[in-house]
Amino acid sequence: MGERLEHAPLLTEVDLTDGRASEPSRPLRGVNRAFHGRRGLGVVTTLGLPLSWMLFVYVGSLLLLVVSAFYVLDPVTQKPGSDFTLDNIVAAFNVFDPAVRDTIWVLVRTVGVALLVTFLCFLIALPVAFFIAKVAPRWVRRGLMVAMLMPLWAGYLVKGYAWRAMVAPSGGKFAASGKGDGGFLDATFGWTPGYGRAAIVITLVYFWLPYMVLPIYAGLERMSPSLLDAAGDLGAKPFRTFRSVILPLLMPAIAAGSIFTFSLTLGDYIVPQMVNNGKEKFMFGTLINSTLGAPNQPLAAAYTLWPLLIVILYLLAMKRAGAFENL
Amino acid sequence: MKLSFPARAALFGFTVLTLAFLYLPLLVVARLSFNPAKSVSWPGWTGYTTEWWKLAWEAEGPREALLNSCKVAFVAMLIAMVLGTLAAMAMARFQFFGKHAVSFLLVLPIALPGIVTGIALQNTFTREFDLGFMSFKVGLGFHSLVIAHATFCVVVAYNNVVARLRRSSPNLLEASADLGAHGTQTFRYITFPLMRSALVAGGILAFALSFDEIVVTTFTAGSGFETLPVWIYANFSRPNNVPLVNVMATFVMIVSIPLAWLAQRLSEGGDG
Repeated sequence: MGERLEHAPLLTEVDLTDGRASEPSRPLRGVNRAFHGRRGLGVVTTLGLPLSWMLFVYVGSLLLLVVSAFYVLDPVTQKPGSDFTLDNIVAAFNVFDPAVRDTIWVLVRTVGVALLVTFLCFLIALPVAFFIAKVAPRWVRRGLMVAMLMPLWAGYLVKGYAWRAMVAPSGGKFAASGKGDGGFLDATFGWTPGYGRAAIVITLVYFWLPYMVLPIYAGLERMSPSLLDAAGDLGAKPFRTFRSVILPLLMPAIAAGSIFTFSLTLGDYIVPQMVNNGKEKFMFGTLINSTLGAPNQPLAAAYTLWPLLIVILYLLAMKRAGAFENL
Repeated sequence: MKLSFPARAALFGFTVLTLAFLYLPLLVVARLSFNPAKSVSWPGWTGYTTEWWKLAWEAEGPREALLNSCKVAFVAMLIAMVLGTLAAMAMARFQFFGKHAVSFLLVLPIALPGIVTGIALQNTFTREFDLGFMSFKVGLGFHSLVIAHATFCVVVAYNNVVARLRRSSPNLLEASADLGAHGTQTFRYITFPLMRSALVAGGILAFALSFDEIVVTTFTAGSGFETLPVWIYANFSRPNNVPLVNVMATFVMIVSIPLAWLAQRLSEGGDG
């Protein structure tokens, strides 16, 4: 994903087969003859395979999932059967049902957590990206960005586990006996949030922070320094320049970063399991996962329609904010 | 914009703190893997043992899981490199109807929550498809895991290659054609050498992404097939296995971070 650092303008398309190129000196044979002057064939042979893979395997599966939410669970095969029903959709979407109201409460809480994580990532990412792009000497910029991005690749479970070890409270199941026997935070600072909601938010911020730093850095890097100088010449203090020039220009980049922080938080159910207390269904992902344990695939499918809808709406909103030019 | 010295110093301090925030948990796990006690309690910086590393080396479970992870990641990487390169060539060279939809489609598997992708693929793989003349079921196991992983790895390979192709000058292709090279020669002598390092970088990142994945994996691997993340996931809450989990987690970091760094270097170079 390091390539996202570069945002070269789209170069003019070149088509070697449209006859602009000089005629070959020797007669073409085989593949080259078949493709000569046939641009459509070029598109089909290059795009055909990846596109059909994505359509058949991925889009097909998503559609099938949506469809299977409308079928009854076959008690014998434990798979969606052949009888059409709206029961699963009602079970997942009927807001008047008290049980569904609980579900929706979990969903609202999850969206709240996703927004909070996104906001915290933004708060941390902005000064960091600003320092790297505009304050740090040129020769350390790339190095600093690489250092910011490397933890992304350390392994999702490894990092979740690392936070489990960081926030472990003293006297816990995994603690050695004795005083001050908690994880790193407890032993070093004498304070730890312990397992629970705060730990979930901290861990999720930790996970997705680099996804926010990267687009904001790229956005700042692209921003012409003369714009900032102009604001200064017009008498703007740094804070005013930030509010009236930098922030509006950064909006698309922030939107791009928020796609990852928001969407990845929304579906997460591993982190809540690693750093949460007990079996509380704190996040919506945990809830979906527990429906699967039943196992009731059509019902789980109906539940996944919630995050699917929310993420697609979010993606469309961010597309309007210009996020996709910054991905 | 002129920032005062205290403002710049504050930004510098904040950046250093953020880097500490990013690396401290990783260091803590690495330290714990040498911890003589069987707990996640912080032991300070004294007292080391390499016993757990030896134990992990000899243990059957983690080694098999590691091997499985490598196999899946390798095959998924190869598929992703082929599909990603083809898509990148199409997107960088041709204009066609629905181009934006295609780029959206490629990003979708990593933009949608893993649990949605996982359940959707599991639903498809465990279903009996009746085509009239034959019926088939994909089933769960090594092969379904490879299909699932390849699907979300394509975008990584694609991103790297397409960025390189867009940065490289179209004049090179025109020059090649002017010199009388036909399509396959241009590909062999110009396009491929240009994108080679980006392709390798994309491959490494695709491998790392697959190696690391847990959510889609739990849904599409079936019960008989365990990858390293699945092994860690199954063992992190077992007090007896805490030392082994520490070692395996540290091992993953030691392998994947330098690889990611290498990929970064490769994708930077070769601007042509």
